[in-house]
Amino acid sequence: MVAAFDEMNGFGGGVRAPYRALSEWLGIQHIGELSQKATEAEALFRRTGITFAVYGSEEAAERLIPFDVLPRIISAEEWRRLELGIEQRVRALNAFMYDIYHHQEILKAGKIPEELVVQNGAFLPEMIGVDPPRGIYSHIIGIDLVRTGEDQFLVLEDNTRTPSGVSYMLENRETMMHLFPDLFSRNRVRPVENYPDALLKTLESVAPSNLDKEPTIALLTPGIYNSAYFEHSFLADQMGIELVESMDLVVIDGVLNMKTTQGLKRVDVLYRRVDDDFLDPLVFDPTSLLGIPGIFDVYRSGRVTIVNAPGTGIADDKAIYAYIPAIIEFYTGRAAIIPNVETYNCREPDALKYTLDRLPELVVKEVHGSGGYGMLVGPTATKEQIEIFRQKLKTNPSNYIAQPTLSLSTCPTLVNGGVGPRHLDLRPFVLIGDQVRLMPGGLTRVALKKGSLVVNSSQGGGTKDTWVLQD
Amino acid sequence: MLGRTANDLYWLSRYIERAENMARLIEVGYRIVLLPREGEGFHEEWRSTLESAGCLVTYMQRYGELDTQNVINFMLFDTSNVSSIASCLANARRNGRAQRTALTREMWETLNSSWLEFSAIKPSTITSNSLPELLDWVRARSALYRGAMLNTILRNDTFYFSQIGTFIERADSTSRILDVKYYHLLPSSEMVGGGKDNYQWASILRSVSAHRSYRWVFKDHYKPLKIADFLILNRQMPRSLRSCYDELVEALRDLAIFTGARQDCNATAESTRDLLMEADIQRIFQSGLHEFVQDFIERNNKLGTEISTAYHFSD
Repeated sequence: MVAAFDEMNGFGGGVRAPYRALSEWLGIQHIGELSQKATEAEALFRRTGITFAVYGSEEAAERLIPFDVLPRIISAEEWRRLELGIEQRVRALNAFMYDIYHHQEILKAGKIPEELVVQNGAFLPEMIGVDPPRGIYSHIIGIDLVRTGEDQFLVLEDNTRTPSGVSYMLENRETMMHLFPDLFSRNRVRPVENYPDALLKTLESVAPSNLDKEPTIALLTPGIYNSAYFEHSFLADQMGIELVESMDLVVIDGVLNMKTTQGLKRVDVLYRRVDDDFLDPLVFDPTSLLGIPGIFDVYRSGRVTIVNAPGTGIADDKAIYAYIPAIIEFYTGRAAIIPNVETYNCREPDALKYTLDRLPELVVKEVHGSGGYGMLVGPTATKEQIEIFRQKLKTNPSNYIAQPTLSLSTCPTLVNGGVGPRHLDLRPFVLIGDQVRLMPGGLTRVALKKGSLVVNSSQGGGTKDTWVLQD
Repeated sequence: MLGRTANDLYWLSRYIERAENMARLIEVGYRIVLLPREGEGFHEEWRSTLESAGCLVTYMQRYGELDTQNVINFMLFDTSNVSSIASCLANARRNGRAQRTALTREMWETLNSSWLEFSAIKPSTITSNSLPELLDWVRARSALYRGAMLNTILRNDTFYFSQIGTFIERADSTSRILDVKYYHLLPSSEMVGGGKDNYQWASILRSVSAHRSYRWVFKDHYKPLKIADFLILNRQMPRSLRSCYDELVEALRDLAIFTGARQDCNATAESTRDLLMEADIQRIFQSGLHEFVQDFIERNNKLGTEISTAYHFSD
């Protein structure tokens, strides 16, 4: 594999402009002191309780996501282009969802195979004809970007359901400002701290239109054992809204209510961080004891806004992913500003053949997989693993997509006793309501294992503070 | 505020208060056990300590006989004992985590680090030399949490429910100590004045951190009647039943103002406070201290139930 593009040093030939101040500063630091700061950061995270729960385990298993103290830096110019591309993309994704849950023009135009949408498990027939306020389905989207060169940013994945990680963007910045105030005086870093405020404005702007008072907003969490619970409580706290579990909610007389110390109180906007399946047992899973019976009817009648809307999984389905450039062109009339990673839908015979011929070079992903599970990274896989995937592909080809193995960019990272390059990605968070709001920054995830390309926290990934510089 | 939030805040305060009371009870029990004495005297001491803590039955089911090391382990570390310090800190932290949005950062960080530090202790490393230090630490952490709360929390329903939990628990604890310890000591009251007895009377006061304040208030030797008066009726003594009810009446009144409606629990708290205000210690003794305390514990429980109903703790 060719050498990766390094965020600080490019392909060699000197320090890149956005990293100049950091590089100089790094030159006068002692590794021992940096390690000391890293230890302080960890203690800070643990005391604050910024942990994520490991599924199916008790409190003892609350873990920290490792935090790297060296920031990832994006120049003002780079960011301007990303901004345009991200805004274009999220508008197109919402237009797509509006269309497929209404007239399905894009299917009629033959831009996407019809069965790929309507027979997709992530397509929710119950949503057909529902009109969410402002026609918005995904109000909060996280877009996973990777970089392979000076000008090569690519979208690896969209997260249109309940993207998480934004609390790390905010807490990483808090921690950095606490540990390295002098670094911030050497760089003009755009702040991200108004995210909760922007989120609240977004939620308010999509409240049911017929309210005669300020909307009541609540955040629905699966509870303290959910892996993202910290983030749920963090955001509710920052916005000053109630953090509710489904047992706190009840549908009475066609409206959604929460059970307060003074009786029932109507909820107008529900920012839910639970999956569709656990929303309404009457609609999604009659055997489930979880969820709020009847909430979907309240939603359909326009008396509560659910954020993100049910059925948004269709827009980040991996089988649909390959068609996103076509989707963008269809709804915006322009080519995608940030391209996709080249993708082979193995349901197509040609693509399957291509994939089977080149398994050791490719990354193969399950269509519905996430979190770095159920994937094959050809170049680092054993012969056995490759053969297992070959069989899987032959048995059920439409369950897989394949992509070239990208040489993700690297960034200097504090590793055992020194600084070394590690691969990373970037997840900016974008809010869509009365306007599109994009925080200048995001969550940078870094694969801490040398040479590894898997950045997921469930697979040993860490995070970095992400700086977008001002001109 | 959600009913569940109110419930969790109320119990969070009770757990913190309980952890502190447990630490004090262990400390007192241990001091007495260390005294030179004849025969098996320490059995009685641990029996009354466990009884005061409300966990004698569970202990006996588990261990069968009284043994200093077992009692200490049971009260400090045993998570099968819902009132052990380990359980209290874990439950307080669990409630705090579930209601993270209702707590200030200072409150949460105190809860969280108390639990983290306590969880890191290996029970086998606690010796008779390190025990007092650990118990001091528990009391200090409880004080730190209360301090963080008083200094940082908004004066709204989060504050009122936290206060209510603290003082319901404290009233319960003081009344149990009175009932059990006093009961065990009373037969020997004729002999008050001997060194050992004095020490035992002091232990009641120590259980509520009042052995020095007693002297300041009464300028007298420890006397059964005065000790009872101090723990039940004295409004200066911050762990007396009267003090607890002064606080409860106030918190419930503020809560009624905040929510715009008085509830049954307001009247119940006020009538108990009035009773404590008007009572006379001589008469209490004449009609029976045990009966008086039992009646009080019942009233206190009833108040807790009324509060949870009025504010929809669990619907």
